[in-house]
Amino acid sequence: MAKSHKPVVWFPFAAGGTVIAFFLPVIVVLTFMAALGHVPAGLGYERMHAFAGSGLGKLIIFGVVALSLWSSAHRLRCTCYDFGLRADTLVATVLYIGAIAGSILSAVYLMKI
Amino acid sequence: MSRKPLVRECPPTTWYFRQPRYLRYMSREITSVFVGAYCVLLVVGLQRLAAGPAAWEAFLLGLRSADSIVFHLLALAATFYHAATWFNATQKAMPIQVGEDFVPGNIISGAHYVAWAVLSVVVLFLAGVF
Repeated sequence: MAKSHKPVVWFPFAAGGTVIAFFLPVIVVLTFMAALGHVPAGLGYERMHAFAGSGLGKLIIFGVVALSLWSSAHRLRCTCYDFGLRADTLVATVLYIGAIAGSILSAVYLMKI
Repeated sequence: MSRKPLVRECPPTTWYFRQPRYLRYMSREITSVFVGAYCVLLVVGLQRLAAGPAAWEAFLLGLRSADSIVFHLLALAATFYHAATWFNATQKAMPIQVGEDFVPGNIISGAHYVAWAVLSVVVLFLAGVF
């Protein structure tokens, strides 16, 4: 049977696409409210810090950020190719390294909270 | 020696202008740029949150620039468009068969829209919007 590394890329991509579809719009709404000067009560330091400080909160935040990053990296790779940037190996390397670095950084920041 | 060499007429950077459906495909592709940029903003936000109350408040204040508002409008459009097209595609990606028949596609997509609405309201509630 032919082996492929595609499932490894594909699973987080599909999971990320689903997470982005379900959760990113409402998260953007929350920071948009902050951008308009109406910071939602839950985005205050005390409550955000308490949420990100709990085990479940860390897991949720890391899951959303890491999966969204990975899915975006994969989609950006396809977007670059479709717009005529055909150096796919280079693009994929840069984007995937970026997504992995972003995920590791998120984990490090979450551990500090 | 072939008398009619194959000329592939597919300009790599402008092919999607040929058909409206290619343009729709590419308009969905472009949303990934704003989603990706927003993910970077989320990572920066986590860093600011870990740096303490003053850094977090400064981060929230920094969101109030005109650039940030424009970016948020683009990110809003991109994430809602991504979500809608994703849920519309679910009926093709995972058809459900019951007995001999397939569940109608709009029920599958509709269920995703309902779940999306419920989850969004729950997140807004938990974030203290209402």
